[in-house]
Amino acid sequence: MSEAYQPARILNQGSTQEKAEGARLSNFVGAIALSDLISTTLGPKGMDKILQSPSNLLDSTITNDGATILSSIQISNPAAKILIEISKVQDDEIGDGTTSVVVLAGELLKESEKLIHKRIHPQTIIKGFRLAKDIALKKLKEIAQDHSENEEDLKKYLKKIAMTIFSTKILTPYKSIFADLAVDSILRLKGSTNLESIQILKKTGGLLKESYIEEGFVLDKKLGVGQPKRIENAKILVANTSMDYDKIKIFGSRVVVNSSSKLAEIEEEEKKKMIRKCQKIVDHGINVFINRQLIYNLPEQFFTDHGVVSIEHADFAGIERLSLVTGGEIVSTFDHPELVTLGTAKLIEEIMIGEDKLIRFSGCKEPSACTIILRGSSKQILDEAERSLHDGLAVLSQMVKNPKTVLGAGCTEIIMAQAIEEAAKETSGKIQIAMEAFARALTRIPTIIANNAGYDAEQLVSELKTSHYKGNNTFGLDVTNGKVCDVQELGIIESFLVKKGMLLKASEATEMILRVDHIMYSAPRQRGMN
Amino acid sequence: MLRFDSSGKPFIIIRDQDQKERLTGSEARKANILAAMTVANLMKTSIGPLGMDKILVDQDGEVTATNDGATILKNMQVENPIAKLLVELSQGQDDEIGDGTTSVVVLAGALLEESLSLLEKGIHPSKISEGYEKACDIAVKHLLKICDKIEFDKENCGSLVKAAKTSLGSKIVNQYTEKIAKISVEAVLAVADLERKDVRFDLIKLEGKTGGTLGDTELIDGIIIPKNFSHPQMPKQIKNAKIAILTCPFEPPKPKTGHKLDIDSVKKYKELLEIEQNYFKEMTDLVKKSGATLVLCQWGFDDEANHLLLQKKLPAVRWVSGTDIELIAIATGARIVPRFSELTEKKLGKAGMVIEKSIGTTDEKMIVIEKCSNTKTVTILVKGGNKMVVEEGKRSIHDALCVTRNLIKDNRIVYGGGAAEISCSVAVNKASKENTGVEQYSIRAFSQALLSVPIALASNSGLNSLEAVSEIQLKQMEKESSFLGIDCLSKGTNNMKEQYVFDTLRGKIQEFLLATQMAKMILKIDDIIRPTGQY
Repeated sequence: MSEAYQPARILNQGSTQEKAEGARLSNFVGAIALSDLISTTLGPKGMDKILQSPSNLLDSTITNDGATILSSIQISNPAAKILIEISKVQDDEIGDGTTSVVVLAGELLKESEKLIHKRIHPQTIIKGFRLAKDIALKKLKEIAQDHSENEEDLKKYLKKIAMTIFSTKILTPYKSIFADLAVDSILRLKGSTNLESIQILKKTGGLLKESYIEEGFVLDKKLGVGQPKRIENAKILVANTSMDYDKIKIFGSRVVVNSSSKLAEIEEEEKKKMIRKCQKIVDHGINVFINRQLIYNLPEQFFTDHGVVSIEHADFAGIERLSLVTGGEIVSTFDHPELVTLGTAKLIEEIMIGEDKLIRFSGCKEPSACTIILRGSSKQILDEAERSLHDGLAVLSQMVKNPKTVLGAGCTEIIMAQAIEEAAKETSGKIQIAMEAFARALTRIPTIIANNAGYDAEQLVSELKTSHYKGNNTFGLDVTNGKVCDVQELGIIESFLVKKGMLLKASEATEMILRVDHIMYSAPRQRGMN
Repeated sequence: MLRFDSSGKPFIIIRDQDQKERLTGSEARKANILAAMTVANLMKTSIGPLGMDKILVDQDGEVTATNDGATILKNMQVENPIAKLLVELSQGQDDEIGDGTTSVVVLAGALLEESLSLLEKGIHPSKISEGYEKACDIAVKHLLKICDKIEFDKENCGSLVKAAKTSLGSKIVNQYTEKIAKISVEAVLAVADLERKDVRFDLIKLEGKTGGTLGDTELIDGIIIPKNFSHPQMPKQIKNAKIAILTCPFEPPKPKTGHKLDIDSVKKYKELLEIEQNYFKEMTDLVKKSGATLVLCQWGFDDEANHLLLQKKLPAVRWVSGTDIELIAIATGARIVPRFSELTEKKLGKAGMVIEKSIGTTDEKMIVIEKCSNTKTVTILVKGGNKMVVEEGKRSIHDALCVTRNLIKDNRIVYGGGAAEISCSVAVNKASKENTGVEQYSIRAFSQALLSVPIALASNSGLNSLEAVSEIQLKQMEKESSFLGIDCLSKGTNNMKEQYVFDTLRGKIQEFLLATQMAKMILKIDDIIRPTGQY
């Protein structure tokens, strides 16, 4: 038999492929495994995970945040990668719901797997899912409450939302404190979504509940040696210029001397140049000078002599924030003091938090920026608290723009599921089965929440469903007491955007994975020996 | 291969002969055809509105999920030379037409599959080629006969939208076809010159952004650059901007010739310092003097220059990519200036509004240049729940743009859903009877191969493929109507005219020609020499 009759291999050596059922199986297995992995972190009683970095065994993260967990696990399964990607986008766009989006996608895939076993074509499933998604979205828009009219009302709801978010995180015991912190700092932004101007400083020591908002702005730097620790009515020059070795930026220039006396002369000139620069800076009539780059001893001494306080090496984000807070521009040339806008602060002083010295700017021009000081007993706790706080802030900042809320605690999911089931009854054909599957997947979310809390989930959720059928449309799960109750009274409220993002992204990802019938893996890039 | 010369000494013709193997004659042909068929079969499931996608994992583990034939083949890392030819084929269709990249491969595969049985009958490959050539001629002539014209103008572009919808129907965006088809058509019409029937494709920019869903995709009247202003205190909004486009960095010049500038005295040091300071001043002064109110630079800025620009109230953007620079130059009528000294008022571009916008909670910003003075430029901002969806969305929109462009160039269409192929197949089959000899066989084979696309279409749609296709064949012959096709979406009618499913005539003809050419080329090969153990 000649070789011509052997199956032709067309791909590169090392490349592999999976076809039809195989491809589908591998997609389902990967995506469902990932969603199962993360589903235990869902809800107020969800558990945390330890993530250990492969390079440094001592460096571990303990977290409950879906996006953080998913971004640090190494995955090669392409479908799982798609899920990780949606979680990341949910994080970027809205900030919270990163776990639920993956869990919902996983549940949808589980349901579709069953349907495919029943010989329903993936495209039919997709059709049904799309229909179901549209109905759910319509229902979601219907039940969303708009709070844009009343500002007092909005504040109250913001706090409730923040409490709901924090109740699934490490901040649970102090959720009220942190909700106040978050709402307060978000309202300062006045509708901007730029979270950059809220600075979160982490200092180990103390307890989580000792965290607070620092009026004004705190910079984690030290003042120059021998300079006053307290400056009133500060005029601040924020700069980005080299104050160490100020090279002349002309290409190819170098110093060539033939005697040590000449070298000394040039060195002297160099010093003079630096002094002249310092003089120009002092001529701005300032008493505080903050530079992004290093300040060497010579200029620092000059500043001290002229009664100017200097702060060196404030990083770029710090500089931008400072210029925002104090209202000064970032300066790199000093020839026109009359054109430069200086920053101002009523008081700059060195403060102690725990054992660290920090610089506090208060009475600034722009009150929109603030600093949240987080205290906690270990680095891991602080990191997790920061992530949780960031989630909360992100959601709240989006909320201010689009102040719509829905009820949490599984209530919304059940309402959506029932709307779909209702519509499915009137749809004939195989699509109906797919729609019902979508509704089931939505119902799985409260089930998982109850499960994680250690209750008889199926029992609770069926009770919940019945109460909805009876017309109690505000009922949800009370996971602290293991009961079905009115969520409105409990005050568990979530952002409409989070739910919408979850619904849309999960169904989009599911559709994408369902459409695939062939996976081709390229041979991994050969790594060189060095 | 071993030969002996007259004195009986052996000599070797191919170097390192023992490490190579060789296939000749029909063996070689069969191996090639088999390879081509493998590729074609792989692509078959992607055809049509209910076709499936493929996931491609590249060397670094990055995931691409796509339905676009050209993209699948390009990223497949094909090694077999014949398979590589098919990749080229699909690429050719993509470059020329932009759509039908899957069908062309499937058709080529089918032509080769048919030739396999002809070869077994002992028909010489060049005879087969000749027959195919003739059949292709007949098919193209038939296409010209059955084609229809669609009418549209700037206001009334409904028919264009429908054509774009056909192209988008098979992609993941098909949930939002209506909207995305409209966006694509609007974008093309915005830059089209209907009188000259020309579309300037380079004036349409496709920008992707994760967040939202594909349905949030929007058409922006202007250009988006994914950058922000170089200094945080620069104004975020500029009305009636006069734009200077620079391709030189805001830094003292760096001559390409290597040189050393020696400083050996304090005087020289001082002079040098002065020169440096002057450079910066001169640069910013020159820009200011030209009257510009916005500077776009392809390169970086020195901190000092950056601050001087701020002081002179000149907002600036650095590290703008080369393609963006060109686009902006075309749109605003600006000249790209390579040296500060050459900057004059005439060389500035004009735009009604330049604005910096931020998106989502992450600190990502984009600069939008709107109301450009010179030509209309548009950007399609593709949104989607994840990066893979956005990428696939971009590819699909590109296809739709191509279809629209092709229709503006040539408004003749043929009906989709396999209608054109079936109609051609019938015509070719009829014509085969007028030919005598072996050619008749190969022409008939061509007519069979043409059915491969409708068959794949029907089977992807969950129909009994052979039955469905033969039914249409019969109906077409009975009614002499060329617009009956496969009813993929079970809309209840086979009339593609009513379903508004159509392809461009240009695309279809190109598809036939390219596939035939490829089949002929592969049939001509009768010898493969390759290192042992490979593929």
